[in-house]
Amino acid sequence: MEDRIFRSLTILRAGPMLTVQDRGRTGYMKYGIGESGVMDHKSYAEANRLVGNKDNEAVLEATLMGPKIQFESDCLIAVTGADMDAAIESAPIERGKAIKVYAGQTLIMGFAKKGCRAYIAVSGGIDVPVVMGSRSTNIKCHIGGYEGRALKDGDVLPIGNENYIAGEEEKLLAHHEAPEDYSEEIQVRVIMGPQDSRFTGNGIVSFLTETYTVSPQSDRMGIRLDGQKIESENGTDIISDGIVFGSVQITSDGDPIVLMADHQTTGGYAKIATVVYEDLHLLAQARPGCKVKFIRTDIKSFDSSRGLLNRLSHLFRGKGA
Amino acid sequence: MISAISPSGDRAITVEFENEINEEVNAEVYALQESLDYPGNGIVEMVPTFRSLLIFYDPQLTGYHRLTKLIRMNDPGRVSAANAKKKVLIVPCLYGGESGEDLAGLTRELQLSESEIIRLHSETTYRIYMMGFLPGFVYLGGLNKKIWAPRLKTPRTLIPEGSVGIGGNQTGVYPIGSPGGWRLIGRTPLKFYDPDRKNAILCKAGEYIKFQPVSEREYIKIRSDVEADTWKTEYSEA
Repeated sequence: MEDRIFRSLTILRAGPMLTVQDRGRTGYMKYGIGESGVMDHKSYAEANRLVGNKDNEAVLEATLMGPKIQFESDCLIAVTGADMDAAIESAPIERGKAIKVYAGQTLIMGFAKKGCRAYIAVSGGIDVPVVMGSRSTNIKCHIGGYEGRALKDGDVLPIGNENYIAGEEEKLLAHHEAPEDYSEEIQVRVIMGPQDSRFTGNGIVSFLTETYTVSPQSDRMGIRLDGQKIESENGTDIISDGIVFGSVQITSDGDPIVLMADHQTTGGYAKIATVVYEDLHLLAQARPGCKVKFIRTDIKSFDSSRGLLNRLSHLFRGKGA
Repeated sequence: MISAISPSGDRAITVEFENEINEEVNAEVYALQESLDYPGNGIVEMVPTFRSLLIFYDPQLTGYHRLTKLIRMNDPGRVSAANAKKKVLIVPCLYGGESGEDLAGLTRELQLSESEIIRLHSETTYRIYMMGFLPGFVYLGGLNKKIWAPRLKTPRTLIPEGSVGIGGNQTGVYPIGSPGGWRLIGRTPLKFYDPDRKNAILCKAGEYIKFQPVSEREYIKIRSDVEADTWKTEYSEA
């Protein structure tokens, strides 16, 4: 029997925050174990697609500064998200494109010029063990990813076997997705609630009309924002309840924090609104200093069950019922 | 009784009950969770807390409108917590000394002897109202008023795993080493969170906990059984 070839890559330089992430962990929030997973689901999905991976494979997520990685096996890679001047050896590579790398070659990335987080997908995926249904690193709970922690220089990560069939590689290599051009001013849509009634009319107006600035204290737990304070009726303390990726919590000082992938599962600050799922990637890529405006939208425009119902009732009306 | 249903974005719904912390309201939360806990309704995950239930759904399978109707249909109304059978986890605890370094100081503050504080802390059956904050961290209700104690002004940078503490009107166990401001009165040899164990989380919200004072020798014995994964958790019914 042929020996299974051990495919791997070596982290030569990890940079400030490099973790293994996938779609996130489901089903353990009731025990205090958060979802984790990638911050930018859009760039993540694109990266996996480009190298012919299944849509839930694990990738590397780098924040503000990219890593230096040596590949120990031939594979396809793709870099998406933030522009960190990626190069193989000294030859620059494009974002949004599959690249063939050979054993011994090195990927070198620098500081983010545009955007905040880059994703590196490898054909076959980063093959760390699945813990509680996910390969995502949850640093607080010391689980997932590589030994439940952020990556360090010298770590060796296993790579899974490629999913695509022979002959498909050329097609993957020919494909190119237009790289994102991240703006320093973003607008994100929010659905008001669940505790918007805790805020004054003025508070709601501030939230929906003022421009907020991303604070350097932002991280995978939350995007902290500076700007006009948001006025509440009687403080923002509530009896602790559950939090989602995208909840906009208002601290007792009146500052908004958008809770992100590594958010606590529960919290005691009132949540004025929630950022819609499709716009979370914009916040994931917002660097400190980026300007943010919140645009009000409605749950009805995202509700397929209502759509179905409307279509059905329309059908009945059409029949003269 | 449900007091409000609101969207938490386009993939989750927050259901709120009476705005208070007590067993009856909390029992309503778990009653609703139980009634919705079946496959095929598009619900992905639920997070019960003191007086609300957060429900995550798959927007491909269901939606806000349809789920809201389902939730209303399952409104548990008023639930009586009195008759329900209680599953009580016995939590051994080594009180005082190095394991609970704030206990000695609390005697002056609370005007109670150490043994009196230990008795008051270990005679109550505490309800696990919810879990959160840290993996396996339990929010317990029912701490005797006589031993309420304010949090430290400056939190400790590292509280060891297993520490049992009092913070205001709450008591609980630190499942992992963590910074924190609670007053430490003891330590349990049980692991409330162990990612390498089959059931990583020791207990479940909606169940109960009772602390049982143990000697240092018993603590060491239980701890070694826990480390070897041969410890059998003890439950009593009340």
